[in-house]
Amino acid sequence: MTFPNAHTTHSHGAGAAVRRALAVTWKDLLAEGRSRSNVLAVILFAGTALLLFAFALGPDVNDLRRAGAGVIWLTLFLSGILVFNRSYQVELEGGALEALLSYPGSRRPIFVGKLLANLVIVLLVATVVLPLAAVLFHVPLGNGILGVIAILLAGCFGFVTLGTFYAAMSSRSRARDVLLPLLLFPMLVPLLLAAVQGTGAFLAGDGMGYGGAWLRLILAFDLVFLTATLWAFEYIIGD
Amino acid sequence: MIPPPSGDSEPRGSKSPAPPPLQLDGVAHRFGRRWVLRGLGLRVEGGEVVTLAGPNGAGKTTLLRIAATLLRPMRGTGWIRGVDLVARPGEARKGVGMIGHSAALYEDLTAAENLRFSLLMKDLDAGREQILGILDEVGLSRHADTRVRRFSAGMRRRVAVGRILAAPPDLLLMDEPYASLDTEGVGVVNSMIRRVVASGGGVLLSTHDLHSGAHLTDRVLTLDLGLLHEGAPPSRPVTPTSVGTPGPRESQA
Repeated sequence: MTFPNAHTTHSHGAGAAVRRALAVTWKDLLAEGRSRSNVLAVILFAGTALLLFAFALGPDVNDLRRAGAGVIWLTLFLSGILVFNRSYQVELEGGALEALLSYPGSRRPIFVGKLLANLVIVLLVATVVLPLAAVLFHVPLGNGILGVIAILLAGCFGFVTLGTFYAAMSSRSRARDVLLPLLLFPMLVPLLLAAVQGTGAFLAGDGMGYGGAWLRLILAFDLVFLTATLWAFEYIIGD
Repeated sequence: MIPPPSGDSEPRGSKSPAPPPLQLDGVAHRFGRRWVLRGLGLRVEGGEVVTLAGPNGAGKTTLLRIAATLLRPMRGTGWIRGVDLVARPGEARKGVGMIGHSAALYEDLTAAENLRFSLLMKDLDAGREQILGILDEVGLSRHADTRVRRFSAGMRRRVAVGRILAAPPDLLLMDEPYASLDTEGVGVVNSMIRRVVASGGGVLLSTHDLHSGAHLTDRVLTLDLGLLHEGAPPSRPVTPTSVGTPGPRESQA
């Protein structure tokens, strides 16, 4: 039986890049879905971290409520590290990274595909973290829930963009587990400040209209992060 | 002394209308202070199978990685079907297929899913029927929906071969392709080589097992001390090879 060269090649350009990015997302989510233990472990880690923060802050409801927004974001950042490291570990396990890099065309779709897969997983963790934090930290979700969700989406996008990039950079280092947070966390400081302030503003009802301003700032960070990482990915993933 | 890169934008010495699958010119690379490749040249013609031999650490894998655009040479350059692999690596990769030390598969995906992903990344149609046909060819159709995690090393290698058969490349690069293979597996690899050669592609493989693919090989080159020499080690006296020497089969043609 022969196999042709009978396969149809699609058109190239932007469409091909999008299809390749989606193929990477499909592959990563499928692999993560099959080994459910990894995602479950991240969710359990996030839940445990929230509990520990709650115990550490004590029983005072006002203290807990004030810390709520910060704790939500710190928990997401710490859990995200596990997701990002895992994202490239899958490639290294079977020596698949070289095959991935040897596919034709730009390597940016690989980055975008991994970014989307990581974003789905981090948002999945966020859907557990947010209601759990609302209970443990007496955070009122009723008023500004839409604003909080918008901040979460925008903040997670920026966080995952940087996380996916630095995970690629540290993936071939033996000390990657330590290297990734060392590289990533300092870069996240402006995003963390904006996300915590924005989340806090929306949770408090956003009477002064600051929430929208923080959201716009986060979106600006997202744009800068995405542009810079897309440009640099080809260089850091190569040799 | 490492010769400087030529700086040419087009390969030299190409008289045939179609550029060769691979031409390297003055390629040099070092790790730390040690020059692994010292400005070597190599030309693989269409329909030619070139086997790289040499001791461990001689730089065979480095040479293959440079040809696959996975590693940028520190000096010199090369062309895949006339496309500069240093200046335009993304475009040059279109014509390259590579099988490395490992099968490079995703453990939690099935054989069919691994092939589907490969086809999608090459922007090719990845219908179930086509994928099953490819797996049939490498003797794995009954295991299409089995996760690769449960495969033996030989079965993994067959999936990797299937990835190549799905879209025969202009240039096939193989690093120890016969490792972990039984007799049947060696036959599958050799049939893949024949397929690529028949479609006009070139094959460059590195191996310690000079017997398994001996009947397919047109030229054996030995990589030693960063330079290529004609012939297999250590039975023949070695002399530096000239770039673009045609293989016996091609000479006969």
